[in-house]
Amino acid sequence: MLFELEDLTYSRGGKVVLSDVRARLPVGAGSLLGPSGSGKSTLLRLLNRLADPDKGRVLYQGRDVREHDPLTLRREISLVPQLPALVDGTVHDNVAYGPRLAGRSFDARSCLELAGLDPGFEDRDASKLSVGEQQRVMLARALALEPRVLLLDEPTSALDQAAREAVEGTLRRLRARTAISLVVVTHDIAQAKRLAEYVVRIESGRVLAQGPAAELLAEPDEEPAIGASRDAS
Amino acid sequence: MILAASNSGSIQVSLGEVAAALALVAIAVIASRAWNAGLEEDIGIAVVRSFLQLSAIGYVITVIFDEDSALLVLALISVMVVFGAFTANHRAQRVPGAFWPLLASLGVAAAATLGLVLGLGIFEATPRYVVPVGGMVVGNSMTAAAVALNRLGEDVHDQSRRIEATLALGATSSQAVMPLVRRSLRSGMITLVDSTKTTGLIFFPGTMVGMLLAGADPTDAVRLQLILLYVLLGAVSIAALLAISLARRNFFTPAHQLREPPEP
Repeated sequence: MLFELEDLTYSRGGKVVLSDVRARLPVGAGSLLGPSGSGKSTLLRLLNRLADPDKGRVLYQGRDVREHDPLTLRREISLVPQLPALVDGTVHDNVAYGPRLAGRSFDARSCLELAGLDPGFEDRDASKLSVGEQQRVMLARALALEPRVLLLDEPTSALDQAAREAVEGTLRRLRARTAISLVVVTHDIAQAKRLAEYVVRIESGRVLAQGPAAELLAEPDEEPAIGASRDAS
Repeated sequence: MILAASNSGSIQVSLGEVAAALALVAIAVIASRAWNAGLEEDIGIAVVRSFLQLSAIGYVITVIFDEDSALLVLALISVMVVFGAFTANHRAQRVPGAFWPLLASLGVAAAATLGLVLGLGIFEATPRYVVPVGGMVVGNSMTAAAVALNRLGEDVHDQSRRIEATLALGATSSQAVMPLVRRSLRSGMITLVDSTKTTGLIFFPGTMVGMLLAGADPTDAVRLQLILLYVLLGAVSIAALLAISLARRNFFTPAHQLREPPEP
């Protein structure tokens, strides 16, 4: 099992964001699916210790994430946030950022290619790119760390349909060409079905249901019956 | 009622002469009223407070000069450092736990610069030199540290997404906040650096003006002013750098997590 989430509770500013979350995410492509404000982005941040839960624990490959060095963990479980947040400089500077900190070698051009960007983008000013291009640079710089797991927070929410299809195609190719696991946060049932093999549905900070996407999202236009799936709690 | 140097070389100032200078304050009040700037009350408070505070410190300094006690000088500068840290802390509200970094930075800046100027024999180790120079060092250090931390707090808040995105790539909290640290340090020091660049061209600094008014030789006035400007440059850089270095840790947990992460 890639991740096991045990009774996670997380509050922010006195408001409970996650409550008694119990779920599992197997190796492969998983999705945290839920409406806006359901706590799925917060849950994603707990997976690579950008935050720690108030109660409960996150197991990564059977071991509590708090037993890992946070910096090593984040290089192994890389997170791409919902909105582009690049460092000042060229596309190359951004792709190089993580590997340089870790003292590793990297191939910027192949990372850009893997993220669906022309390698000729390497010397361009990152701040001058479109949002869709910046989002793919975010993906490329996460890939430059050669992570085992990629956490993607609403990876296409800021994109138009053409860019969204390009990013989704990139993620599918990534899965086909590498052994990387994905955890994709999305509010879009159709996207979860297109990208994920396993789905955890979240609403109001609680897990509603979880299971293989093929079972849980059999009818994409209808709400799946919670009783028909494996309930998390 | 004209100010002039006495035979001893120092000038005598009567309360009547101070009161006469209030005519200029009246112009400020009239201007504020005419333009509906609403500053009349603040100007009134500023006049009363400056009179009371400077009169009080005048009496304190008189006692300290008369006593010629190193302990009293140390106590006065310590009080300045503590009040300076409180005042700067008020301006750095977005920085968690800013008081202790500010206290340490002002204390170290005062101790290092005063220690150096006394150790190098630039000033005599007497209250007449140490108290006013100490006051200037603490005052300027306070402003620089407050401006630097205020900028750092605003920037960390505004750029929390970018900071967290770099933490997510395995950056340490120090690495993630480094670009902001550079800008904050620059903000804290730029005012004094700029005024040092333009001194003598655009404005006459206070010490030099005071010495000239008091009848000192212009060459001596200029040299003392230069010494103070260089001392202050050193002091503000120590204060701003130390305040930022100590306070930046407070934005993060030991596990390199932002204590106030961006809104989802």
